[in-house]
Amino acid sequence: MKRSIVCRCEDISEEDVIQAIEEGYTDIEELRKKLRIGMGPCQGRVCIQLVARILERKTGKKISKIRLPTVRPPLVPVSLGTLASENDEK
Amino acid sequence: MKSKADVVIIGGGVNGCSLAYRLAKKGLDVVVVEKRYLSAGATGACGAGIRQQWSTRENAQLAIQSVKIFERLSKQLGQDIEFRQGGYLIAVHDEKEMKQAEKNVAMQRSLGLTVNILEPEEITGVVPILDIKGMRAIGATFCPTDGHANPFKTTFAYADAARKLGAEINTHTTVINVKTAKKTIRAVVTDQGTIQTDVVVNAAGIDSKTIAEMVKVKLPLTPFRKEILATERLQPLFEAMVISFKDGIYFSQQKEGQIVGGIPIPEEKGGYKTMPTFAFLSHMAQTLTRYAPVLKHVNVLRHWTGFYDVTPDARPILGEVKEVKGFIQCSGFSGHGFMISPMVSFLLTELIAEQKTSEVLESLSLDRFKGKNIEKELSVVG
Repeated sequence: MKRSIVCRCEDISEEDVIQAIEEGYTDIEELRKKLRIGMGPCQGRVCIQLVARILERKTGKKISKIRLPTVRPPLVPVSLGTLASENDEK
Repeated sequence: MKSKADVVIIGGGVNGCSLAYRLAKKGLDVVVVEKRYLSAGATGACGAGIRQQWSTRENAQLAIQSVKIFERLSKQLGQDIEFRQGGYLIAVHDEKEMKQAEKNVAMQRSLGLTVNILEPEEITGVVPILDIKGMRAIGATFCPTDGHANPFKTTFAYADAARKLGAEINTHTTVINVKTAKKTIRAVVTDQGTIQTDVVVNAAGIDSKTIAEMVKVKLPLTPFRKEILATERLQPLFEAMVISFKDGIYFSQQKEGQIVGGIPIPEEKGGYKTMPTFAFLSHMAQTLTRYAPVLKHVNVLRHWTGFYDVTPDARPILGEVKEVKGFIQCSGFSGHGFMISPMVSFLLTELIAEQKTSEVLESLSLDRFKGKNIEKELSVVG
């Protein structure tokens, strides 16, 4: 079966997204929590725009009206060791 | 949207949705209104843990009975909520904490819970990546039937099951007013229309205070910002949730492999601010790598904030308020709303559908704050 990958981090395909929308998950945050899109190392840089476009196509809601998920720090993955070394714990 | 309902639930978190499911199952006509999307508040930001080891009897009872419901919930709702029982390991750091732990364990055992006090060297038998010296532990308590579930999937599964039973769930719908007449609930006014009803359940998390003010009821709730981080996925390393009341830290490895945990933000005060802080990241990374030094090589992917709706005794406010007939409270969970949601919705369903009250429900009424001797829950983390 042909699969178009939408989210590389969590291995989610276009079909998975469409199925979830058809099940009633029509908010991008709900889709995120249902499918884990945007929760991987890229934090949605690959998938979120694609998912927004699929949502527009399936629900008719204009892409400009689709609220994107909250941006969460850090921008790129940072090791716990680096974060812990900022200043030594007394 | 319906213009009439038996019950209107304000708030589409895990408690609102599970209550909608149970009430619909009893044949009641239920409408849920949620300002944003399902699980947008504390439910969606929570640490996913399910713990039965509490210091107050009521919390322990609610949690033990909730676990019994969680154990069969995936089957009951027809969707996998990813419930796993890897246990909770609670670090004990000094003699004073050990005395309290012994007291807690005795009370928990009297309720039939299996919970053990571990020697320091037994700790790594449960969670091998821990450094007993680094975490400064003189022992621990461990309950093997504590665990986790996926808060989003649990909420969505309840909502789906509720809809199938006829409940109406309206997301992106904001409550503007709650109308009363003769100190009795009459209607809920939203930006999408008005719903006539005799019963309103206030399950709006930190916004519960605002909802209560609409009917001139004052709730002693303070929102406290909390932060959590998630790491990249790892191979399975440990199954238990590790927590410490002294350090305030909690962390566990989730089903997908990521480590998720939190710790109180240094010098945090109550308020509605939502921005994540570097102070948290730094403090959490330092404490976490002190507990499990091997994790220093692991990457943090993201961190986020959520709110605890904290009451003066860190226990929820449940049941009907004396001042307004039909106004039911379901808030003030103080960070533990997800894990006790099965019993909370069970008890509130008894109250709403059968006018049946219970000792636990009475002890968690808003009225208790009028008395002087409130028993504070001591076993709080995050």
